[in-house]
Amino acid sequence: MNAVLILIALVTVGAAILAMSRRNLLHSVLLFAGSWAGVGAFFLWAGAEFAAFAQVLVYVGAISMVVLFAVLLTRRSREDLAPGPVSRSRAISAVLAGIAVAAVLLAAVAGTPLAVSAGPAPAVSVRQIGGELMGPHAAALLVVGVLLTVALLGAVVLAAGDRPENPEDAP
Amino acid sequence: MIPGAPTGDTLLERAPVLLRDWLVGFLPGPARWAAGSLLMIVAILAVFGTLFAFLTLAERKILARVQNRPGPNRTGWFGLLQPFADGVKMLTKEDIVPRAADPVLHFLAPVALIAFSLLTFAVIPYGRHLVPVDLDSSILYFFAAGTATELAVFMAGWASHNKFALLAAMRALAQLISYELPLLLSVVPVVLATGTLSATGVVAAQSGWKWDLVPRWVVFTPWGAAGFVIFMISALAESNRSPFDLPEAESELIAGHLTEYSGFKYALFFMAEYFGMCALSGMAVTLFLGGWHAPLPLLEFIPSYVWFAVKLLALLLGFIWIRATLPRLRIDQLTRLAWKFLVPLALVNLATAAFWSLSAPWPGPLQLLRWAVALGLVAGPFLLLSRGLTAGLRPRVYRYA
Repeated sequence: MNAVLILIALVTVGAAILAMSRRNLLHSVLLFAGSWAGVGAFFLWAGAEFAAFAQVLVYVGAISMVVLFAVLLTRRSREDLAPGPVSRSRAISAVLAGIAVAAVLLAAVAGTPLAVSAGPAPAVSVRQIGGELMGPHAAALLVVGVLLTVALLGAVVLAAGDRPENPEDAP
Repeated sequence: MIPGAPTGDTLLERAPVLLRDWLVGFLPGPARWAAGSLLMIVAILAVFGTLFAFLTLAERKILARVQNRPGPNRTGWFGLLQPFADGVKMLTKEDIVPRAADPVLHFLAPVALIAFSLLTFAVIPYGRHLVPVDLDSSILYFFAAGTATELAVFMAGWASHNKFALLAAMRALAQLISYELPLLLSVVPVVLATGTLSATGVVAAQSGWKWDLVPRWVVFTPWGAAGFVIFMISALAESNRSPFDLPEAESELIAGHLTEYSGFKYALFFMAEYFGMCALSGMAVTLFLGGWHAPLPLLEFIPSYVWFAVKLLALLLGFIWIRATLPRLRIDQLTRLAWKFLVPLALVNLATAAFWSLSAPWPGPLQLLRWAVALGLVAGPFLLLSRGLTAGLRPRVYRYA
């Protein structure tokens, strides 16, 4: 069983590392999709079926599409897809922003008490998860939905130019 | 695959399972589980591979007959060997990869597409004992595997390094994403009414007959019928079938995102398209048409997998018939149909299904009112939306010639 876990971890982390080392933005996005699929596989390995399929449906299916569209709509040409840093100050601020995000995430992970129980994992049915999501965690679910919508709208706003409407295009 | 026999369990019914157990029985204990899984995979590949081959032939034959010509009739009796001739042709053709293309992604796109479309076959209950993988949330799994194909379409369009292929891939993605919404929204009422995300659970909820005559299938309720129609329209669009086949539009767009593909890779894209069509039809049978249940109690002696096959083939013939009948839509008409018509209707349908399940315990005469309200909820928004959307639109007037 542990060999499977190591394999999944290698695929997930390896794809993420490769994604960051690629110059080509589209390759990075596709590798990230692979990494997300790896996380889904991990959920499946851990016995959380619902979370695994939701992970694939939302991340591999939807979020990767949002990112791909954002990349493609904001680039003018293929050469634009592999940009170098524009200036030294911009590169430094990018690294700083990355470190800040990583620090916040690490602090959140380290600050969360993870209860480890020795007994067998409880069997949670889809019905229970649904009840939890619609009851106590409904607000979080709605916030995530709004966040996704805002991200998509942001991509549209960034990409949309001020082109005049062509009368021939009317339905 | 439960060996415990429920009522009406004949030898013929259990024949595939018995055959598998007999074959696996030759192996030592630990290898049996793996061999059983492998056998199921081989069976699915063989059955749907053959179905794909003869579906292409049936499609060409039926389209030809609709258009008053004979269709393929030179290879074998009735052209029955045509699929094999096509297969040999595709395998021996030169595989061309453009010099500027992204070779890895260009190769991976058809592989990913076929892999994801094959994954969807794993959870469909083909018969009483024929469920390859019985998951607690198999309907979610089915659609999760289905959405991953969008990534493959994008990879194909982008890796070709051809602006027409990329544009066509974006159009295909716009279509796939638009129609994913009504597709999923039309499934939600079924999940709501049956209270389960497992395909076998949905089939079990549709067992039995009312007054020993009318099957308790989802499609025989007002919201079920509306949901079935929405599901089938979205399935047509999701599998790139006519009248929604404009991602490839072979006569206008030189096959869209497949422009730079040739030989067997090109054939793989088509195979994935047919597999997607078969899987979505199988899901439609499972969700709306009672799965493998027989339509009448006295017909139960026929094995369940035969009933599944009959329903599946009926839906596939419907797909072909639609292709022969309807002209192709324009891209703006296509997205308008999804966002302004199918999505609102699917949302209303969800409310109808909620009303239907809440009003189930109503006493005798009130059942008539229940039917009337539900039918009104289905027909009213349909009429209002279709009138509203077509108001002020006339057939186009051509002023030249």
